[in-house]
Amino acid sequence: MNLPFILFFICALLAVLGAVLLIIAREPIHAALSLILVMIALAVLYLLLGAEFIAAVQILVYAGAIMVLFVTVIMVLNAEAEERTDFSKIAKWVGLPLGFVLLFAIAHWLYRAHVGPVVASGAGIPAHALSTWDLSTELFRHYLFPFEATSFLILIAVLGAMILARRDE
Amino acid sequence: MTPAMAEQFVNLQRLAPEIALCIFGIVIMLADPFMPREKRRALGWIAFIGALVALVGVHMTAHSPGLAYSGLINNDAFSVLFHLIIISAAALVILGSFDYLDREGIQRGEYYALILFATAGMGILAGANELLTAFVGLEMSSISTYVLVGFRRRAPVSNEASVKYFLLGSFATAFFLYGIAMVYGATGTTRIDEIQAALQNSLSQEGHLPALSILALGLIFVGLGFKVVVAPFQIYAPDVYEGAPTPVTALLASAPKAATFALMIRIYSVSFASSSDTWFWVIWISAVLTMFIGNLAALVQTNVKRMLAYSSIAHAGYILVAFAASTEFGVAAVLFYLAAYVAMKVGAFLVLAHLGQQDERRLSIQDYAGLGIKQPALAACFSLFLLSLLGLPATGGFVGKFFAFQGALDVHSSHGAWFVWLVVLAAINSVIGAYYYLRVIIAMYFWSPNQDYVPTRVAPAIAVALVLCAVLTIYLGILPGTLHSAALTAAHTLALH
Repeated sequence: MNLPFILFFICALLAVLGAVLLIIAREPIHAALSLILVMIALAVLYLLLGAEFIAAVQILVYAGAIMVLFVTVIMVLNAEAEERTDFSKIAKWVGLPLGFVLLFAIAHWLYRAHVGPVVASGAGIPAHALSTWDLSTELFRHYLFPFEATSFLILIAVLGAMILARRDE
Repeated sequence: MTPAMAEQFVNLQRLAPEIALCIFGIVIMLADPFMPREKRRALGWIAFIGALVALVGVHMTAHSPGLAYSGLINNDAFSVLFHLIIISAAALVILGSFDYLDREGIQRGEYYALILFATAGMGILAGANELLTAFVGLEMSSISTYVLVGFRRRAPVSNEASVKYFLLGSFATAFFLYGIAMVYGATGTTRIDEIQAALQNSLSQEGHLPALSILALGLIFVGLGFKVVVAPFQIYAPDVYEGAPTPVTALLASAPKAATFALMIRIYSVSFASSSDTWFWVIWISAVLTMFIGNLAALVQTNVKRMLAYSSIAHAGYILVAFAASTEFGVAAVLFYLAAYVAMKVGAFLVLAHLGQQDERRLSIQDYAGLGIKQPALAACFSLFLLSLLGLPATGGFVGKFFAFQGALDVHSSHGAWFVWLVVLAAINSVIGAYYYLRVIIAMYFWSPNQDYVPTRVAPAIAVALVLCAVLTIYLGILPGTLHSAALTAAHTLALH
């Protein structure tokens, strides 16, 4: 029972808790705040894996910029508590049990894959910390193509948002 | 020229079709605001030229096979052939869109730009040698099509289809992404060829595959199964296909399906070849479900567009039959089937794009009663596509089915008997399918003409697209040799076991 081990469990539980709250919250703003909890907990998990840069970016981009955007949108739209309609019967009686089956299946396979002990012992952490230098070398040399293609992806998303938001001529 | 420059030049050359498509897409986007409304049709022609230039680009890439961008793109014969299918489908759809958009009053440059971007994404998907690259390609094509589906903004049904497709599509993509993460966890790489080596390695050292890789296979099947519309992920398809503007439906039913099958072949038959005993059952069950659901549901449809949507589900099932074989002949059969399928399906939907008339209100089978007398040429064209979908000899559809079933029967593994059963079930399904295809043909030729249906003249652009589809359908049915040998060569380059 060392400190990283305890920290891992606290943050992992917080992340799951935040994710569940995100789904069951009725007020959009509560859902957004739960998402911040998930993001911060994830950032700590990245830190435990020795990925300082990713952890910092996680805080800056997700917990920072993207969440500000979410909250602003919720305020601009003046979104109120969501109205729940009756769930479909299929979703309730078939979907929910199947969801649990999937959850346990994933948990079972992860357990069989012995991921846990590797992470807990710190064996998964690279010998030398992954520096920003390493990351950028990978990103801009090896993975240059998907990086560039992503800019087209964003262009498409902007174009799509523009079409859907525009008033009819 | 320095070596680094030479390498960059080769990289660009091997990506020529995508670059051409993206450049033309941007040109259309930039030109759109400066075009007066009534002249926007010219943007469609620019898009069509863009697709033709991309086809020239495919010709260029065919002469320079190999890896590009540090091995993330694999420009082999397999990728080249898929590019040919995808870009041809896009070109035909663009040609069939001009008059539809004019009629619906939604003639906009963005429509064509999105089609070109989507096609570029599908090209990346077909040529990807690495899963993250494939993911970016998949998203490029998906996000473009989400918007295209909702392009008839005044029609509630189109908006509904767009929202449904977007929500479920994003959900499916998340599964695919989760699968990639599991693959990386199991093998430490996301490259198609390296995954294969890593799995072989752990199989020979530990005697079994990593547990995570099996989980990954399942998650990836959810993500990609959604995109190729196979059971049990087909629920959304009829609504989305029916709600989308008909030329977009033609695109949705053809090109993304082909591109995603290309990726599925690379992942399942190449990367995960060593676990084919595991995934065989998933594909077998899914194929049977897909064929039966598609065909049985199509039987009761009165809306022809919705019927063709169910028929495209059934066809994904036939393709899975060949896919399950995972041999060189099976992969070639998938390729051939997709080429024939694109020709007949795009043709059939473009006929509907014309026949639907304003606001797509003429899609019921009663509307087409007596069409054979009113518009003999169009009815003959439609009948040809329907007969090819049915699998009548001397059409592309028949030869495609023949190769697909042959591919499944040729497998000499421990599952041999199950492949025979699969083909028997597929044959039964082809017979069920005959009913609903023939019903439309009978309505067109033998029912008394519908008096309040006034046919409209077929515009030249759509006529050219239909003739091209018809010629291709007959050509593949009578002279399948050229494409089939090309498909076999393409399958050979994958180095299957």
